Amino acid sequence: MLRLVISRLVSLVVTLIFVSLAIFLILEVLPGDPAAIMLGTAAREDTLAALRQELGLDRPALVRYVAWIVGILQGDLGTSITYKMPVSTLVAERMAVTLPLSLLAILISTALALPLGVAAAARRDGAVDRGVLVFSQLGVAVPNFWIGLLFILFFSTWLGWFPAGGFPGWDAGFWPALQALLLPAVALALPQAAVLTRVTRSATLEVIGADFVRTARAKGVDKSATLRRHVVPNALIPVTTILGLQLSFFFGGAILVENVFNLPGLGRLAYQALNQRDLVVIKDIVLIFSGIVIVVNFLVDIGYALLDPRLRSRA
Amino acid sequence: MASPSPVLAIENLSIGLPALADRPHAIRNLSLSIAPGETLCVVGESGSGKSMTALATIGLLPHGVEVLSGSIRLDGLDLLALDEPGWCDVRGRDVGTVFQEPMTSLNPVMRVADQIAETFRAHRLLSPSERNRRALELLDEVHLPNPELIARAYPHELSGGQRQRVMIAMALALEPKLLIADEPTTALDVTTQAQVLKLIDNLRRKTGTAVLFITHDFGVVAEIADRVAVLQNGLLVEQGPAEEVLTRPQHAYTKRLLAAVPSLTPPPRKPLENEPITLMVDALTKLYGGRGWFSKGRKVQAADAVSFDIRRGETLGLVGESGSGKSTVGRCVLRLVEPDGGKIEIGGLPFSSLPQRSLRPHRRRIQMVFQDPFASLNPRRTVGRIIAEGPITQGEDPAKALALAEELLEKVGLPANAAERYPHEFSGGQRQRIGIARALAMRPDVLVADEAVSALDVSVQAEILKLIRELQQELGLAILFITHDLRVAAQICDRVAVMQKGRIVEMAETAQLFADPKDAYTRQLLAAVPGTDRMT
Repeated sequence: MLRLVISRLVSLVVTLIFVSLAIFLILEVLPGDPAAIMLGTAAREDTLAALRQELGLDRPALVRYVAWIVGILQGDLGTSITYKMPVSTLVAERMAVTLPLSLLAILISTALALPLGVAAAARRDGAVDRGVLVFSQLGVAVPNFWIGLLFILFFSTWLGWFPAGGFPGWDAGFWPALQALLLPAVALALPQAAVLTRVTRSATLEVIGADFVRTARAKGVDKSATLRRHVVPNALIPVTTILGLQLSFFFGGAILVENVFNLPGLGRLAYQALNQRDLVVIKDIVLIFSGIVIVVNFLVDIGYALLDPRLRSRA
Repeated sequence: MASPSPVLAIENLSIGLPALADRPHAIRNLSLSIAPGETLCVVGESGSGKSMTALATIGLLPHGVEVLSGSIRLDGLDLLALDEPGWCDVRGRDVGTVFQEPMTSLNPVMRVADQIAETFRAHRLLSPSERNRRALELLDEVHLPNPELIARAYPHELSGGQRQRVMIAMALALEPKLLIADEPTTALDVTTQAQVLKLIDNLRRKTGTAVLFITHDFGVVAEIADRVAVLQNGLLVEQGPAEEVLTRPQHAYTKRLLAAVPSLTPPPRKPLENEPITLMVDALTKLYGGRGWFSKGRKVQAADAVSFDIRRGETLGLVGESGSGKSTVGRCVLRLVEPDGGKIEIGGLPFSSLPQRSLRPHRRRIQMVFQDPFASLNPRRTVGRIIAEGPITQGEDPAKALALAEELLEKVGLPANAAERYPHEFSGGQRQRIGIARALAMRPDVLVADEAVSALDVSVQAEILKLIRELQQELGLAILFITHDLRVAAQICDRVAVMQKGRIVEMAETAQLFADPKDAYTRQLLAAVPGTDRMT
């Protein structure tokens, strides 16, 4: 097990290095001079040169890359060109919205999908199964920003239960902050929950047909204990794969949902930085999003090994 | 046999299949009984309904399959009248079951001891610590070495034979009145099979459990049965004491099945001395593993200086247990797996030293027939396309290749219009014929048959062996016949090479090898062939 963790950690670091290099190079080869873009076409040559120097663009690419990475390792993400403040401060503020939002969405999605999927499979073609089929069909078909708009219309404008958008900040208290995040989290969670429910259902069905389930029944284990002790632990293995793939969607999907609900999150920051061509912020945010995905994948790999002893001994 | 009161009494049992099945009944009007301490073997080919009988007895028939009429009584208790909790009480406590597939019949994410202890738990017997202690004792009773270690292991860490012992420990944990064993040794090597059969028989003697033993293998029947019941398409055609059924079968079907069991006495040998050598293999070596950061320690010598040659029209058998390296040798000879060292020549052509590009046109000279007739044909292609594909990639005109495919289908005993149909429309034996036609389409000099008849029922097996023999005579093929089944080897091979741990330990003419084995391992293999006392 320790070997597995070490080998996965090594590949995690290697992947991060390659990703940072790729991000840097892609922004490097993009056409256009960042300084010219920022100052517009009417800028004078000497102001351009001054800005280039301020941005450090006059130094060789390799030096800039190393400086970027060393800065990150020391907690310095550089200074935003448009906001004129440290990117680390910007990101920390926004993270306080995006991270809880994504985690809440993940929680809602799994809490919905796992029981529904297992229940549907346990009584195939029963009432629950049919309901789940309709739910998952709808959930997959309807995009999350549209669900978000409907939620705002129904729960906020009509019923007035939740704020229609915006975020009061965690200083305003736990409950108001959570209230502001709940609708967006559900909107973010539903499409993923629909997919996960389907996957859970089919994984469970497959395990129910396995030989060892028949063995358990032949020992005299009743249906519900068989489901609990034999079916679910095995069905979780393929479900974890899909969940791992989905986790990155939760962070990515946050961009859309944060815009619909007007939440000051990382996704909105990325969107604004793109519009304003704030290359410093873009570079850092892309790296942060990729870093999150890579770390999540690392955790999923470890989770796999915990679920499946066969993987533990193979590593 | 009129025993005082049978443990299991099945009377006039009929089991119905779902509407779309190929026949309306899995079992029709079946009556069987087993006395205490008796072993009844239910024999039949695939689809005979033997497994359905077992599943009906523990109330676990698959969805859509139902008991239509009749009764099943266990020690007087009417099983078919039970509700679900009643069934749960009977299963495991009164009836223990061992299934066929040791690889998939245990939960892969649960420790062995927990799975055995669960039998007690399900019946609310003993305390948790007592359950674990009993689990250890049971592992010892089924003669597993190092019970403490095995108890903590997960199923994937055990061999097939060890897993089957765990299954038996589990099935016998509560000392049931009846043990159902559904093909428990079919997936095991012969020496392991012999040990497991002996174990079941010893435990039966010790506990007096009645055994319902389901098998397709008459060798196993001869080894273990007190009485035999023969099923054909859901009908009981013959029943009686083992001795009688095996030596004086009454029903035509039983006679046919027994006649199809390959004899261990080889037929007279064909004269081959003047034929040229088609395939020459010299010092073939293959090492698996050893690459990757963490797996350096795990190396397997799958082929260790393996040398043999095969003449035109000759069949060399490669026999051995699983993991002996026989399939690796087959794959290396075809260069589906690249050997690490050694020489392969086909009709003088240095096959092993050809670079990949110049190898391709010569690939047609050596072809393979695979084991699994269900998985080895692309389900989305017509049979004609499957057979014609090889010649087309070698540059043959597609229309001509398809015409040739039809010819070949007739040659292997299928109608020419089979070319337009898909693989799923054929039975296992028919698919194996398609597999052979596919190999022959390349006009090979050498045929490698890897367990080509192992998945087939005996009667079908006999037909395919006959077909291979006829085609060999007609086309002068050199055949490398890989098998774990010594009976099959005795019937089809001119010479046999015995493999153990990647080496050929003995190679001799078939008759000589069976009559006078020189190597200790060969003798051990031959002794393990089931049913040699009662059958030839």
